[in-house]
Amino acid sequence: MTQTLDQIFVIALQRLLGLLPVAVRPLASAILCVVAILVVFPLLFAITTWLERKGLGRMQNRLGPNRTGPFGLLQPVADAIKSLTKEDIVPITADHVVHFLAPLVLVMAAFLAYAVLPIGRNMVLVNMNAGVLFFFAVGSTVELSVFMAGWSSRSKYSLLGAMRAVAQMISYEVPMVLATIVIIMEAGSLSTVAIVEKQAGYTGIFPHWFVFTPWGFMGFALFMIAATAESNRSPFDLPEGESEIIAGYYIEYSGFKFALFFLGEYLGMFATSGLAITLFLGGWSAPFSFLTWIPSYAWFFAKLLVLIGAFIWIRGTLPRLRMDQLMNLAWQYILPMALINMLVAGIWHFMPVGPIRWLVCSVLLAAPCVVLSFTLKRKKRLQVRTYYFAE
Amino acid sequence: MVGEGILKGLAETARNFFGSYVGKDRLTTVQYPEERLPQIEAARSFPFLVYDGSDWQQGMRCVACQICEKECPPKCILIEKSKDKKPDAVGKQQFYPAVFDIDISVCMSCQICVEVCPFEAIKMDVEYDLPTDDRFGGLLLHKQQLAKSNEYYNTIHPTEAAAVDAALAEERAKVEAKARAAAAAKAATEAKPSQAQPASGESR
Repeated sequence: MTQTLDQIFVIALQRLLGLLPVAVRPLASAILCVVAILVVFPLLFAITTWLERKGLGRMQNRLGPNRTGPFGLLQPVADAIKSLTKEDIVPITADHVVHFLAPLVLVMAAFLAYAVLPIGRNMVLVNMNAGVLFFFAVGSTVELSVFMAGWSSRSKYSLLGAMRAVAQMISYEVPMVLATIVIIMEAGSLSTVAIVEKQAGYTGIFPHWFVFTPWGFMGFALFMIAATAESNRSPFDLPEGESEIIAGYYIEYSGFKFALFFLGEYLGMFATSGLAITLFLGGWSAPFSFLTWIPSYAWFFAKLLVLIGAFIWIRGTLPRLRMDQLMNLAWQYILPMALINMLVAGIWHFMPVGPIRWLVCSVLLAAPCVVLSFTLKRKKRLQVRTYYFAE
Repeated sequence: MVGEGILKGLAETARNFFGSYVGKDRLTTVQYPEERLPQIEAARSFPFLVYDGSDWQQGMRCVACQICEKECPPKCILIEKSKDKKPDAVGKQQFYPAVFDIDISVCMSCQICVEVCPFEAIKMDVEYDLPTDDRFGGLLLHKQQLAKSNEYYNTIHPTEAAAVDAALAEERAKVEAKARAAAAAKAATEAKPSQAQPASGESR
């Protein structure tokens, strides 16, 4: 029974495909899976916008949206209707083709990343043996679309926003990839499916998630910080800092294209959260061995919602970083920590199992963590800046 | 310790998040159409015209002097003077506005019209929800819509209105005293016409 419930979507797909002639089955299978992703994750996006507005409201002692439907639950529908019926304004000096393509490229790249995420047991669109690599390759397309949007709009704000976004995303992509390398080292595979299966075992009732090791925990923390910066979310939302450059690279977008940017950004956030779940939090596996009767996909989405909640909580708490703080954090803290983390993961691998291994690796990670934090806290001597061209 | 401030901040927002479900006094916002905050006395939105008594046309204090029209910075007031005259608030025969329009879509609530009015005829209202589906005609208020009684003025700005009423009563008393003095003088002259008449006749 639990087996059937766990595999219900896989079985349904097989049954459905059984009705079709053999020649079209691979194509039909691909289309059905893609449609499922195209339906589920935008729905999650709709729910998240509501959750975010409600959560942020409560954190600021407000009620949040409560006019449309019970508890404001129909707010995403109202937002969708509003953005779809709005006028689509394109600046007269804008590069129309690139301006049109930028949101499409963003959403397309965001959706492509879901191809390698195992949502449940046997539920992955493509079991690629270079899945993690594919994920990061597709993720880099986001930078392209952001710069397309900023450049083609012919607006100073959007260009500044795009420059900031590209600088930030490239800076944080390095530590993000380096943070995942420890997992690849330990799992010995780039395939997301293999990585999840590696973590699906249990010792007693506790799972073998990579986050429950010193290097795994550190890797998870670094990955989540980098993921927040990658998805341009607060406190790393400089590219769209409302108080400075209004909306950043999508300031010249309105109506449906703006909604697409919004969608793409959230989809990117879900995708990186999904990858964090896959790599560190055991993907679709249950947190305790006695909870395995709950279907695997339910666990995946539960973990995803927890991470989304964490993102909202962080957004409601932290103020925006300054540009130099942002860069210092990336290059002086996260990058060295990621490199040390790789070293520690290697040491962990070759040490005998036991509490000594835990102690050594924890100390090896905690010490540089504290030391590097002093470099961040160090007071910088700022010189008077001379502007040669502005005068 | 690095990250200590972050943890403190997270605890604070979490406290707000859960606290807002428990303690209703935490919620600082007011659910506007159903609940409203009590208005302070100095609140103001758009001007209105004050009238005394019960008939808004008879009691209107405005004498169509057009000072407010000239002083209005965004030029949102339109006044047309009447041909005939009627008694004003203090009893003098005055013109009255045949047309008095205020375009509240243009009005910037600066209160200059109120400051310059020598007849205490135009005052600031506190009514702020004036939505309409006609953004041109619906926001152009005419004389009848603008006319509001002195009692209404007393309820929205009690202190100010009391001062205005006192000043007007004083003025009215002064006018009446003058009229009475004039009447008395007239009566006195009529009482001894034998002496007065030839004297006046002589003076002419």
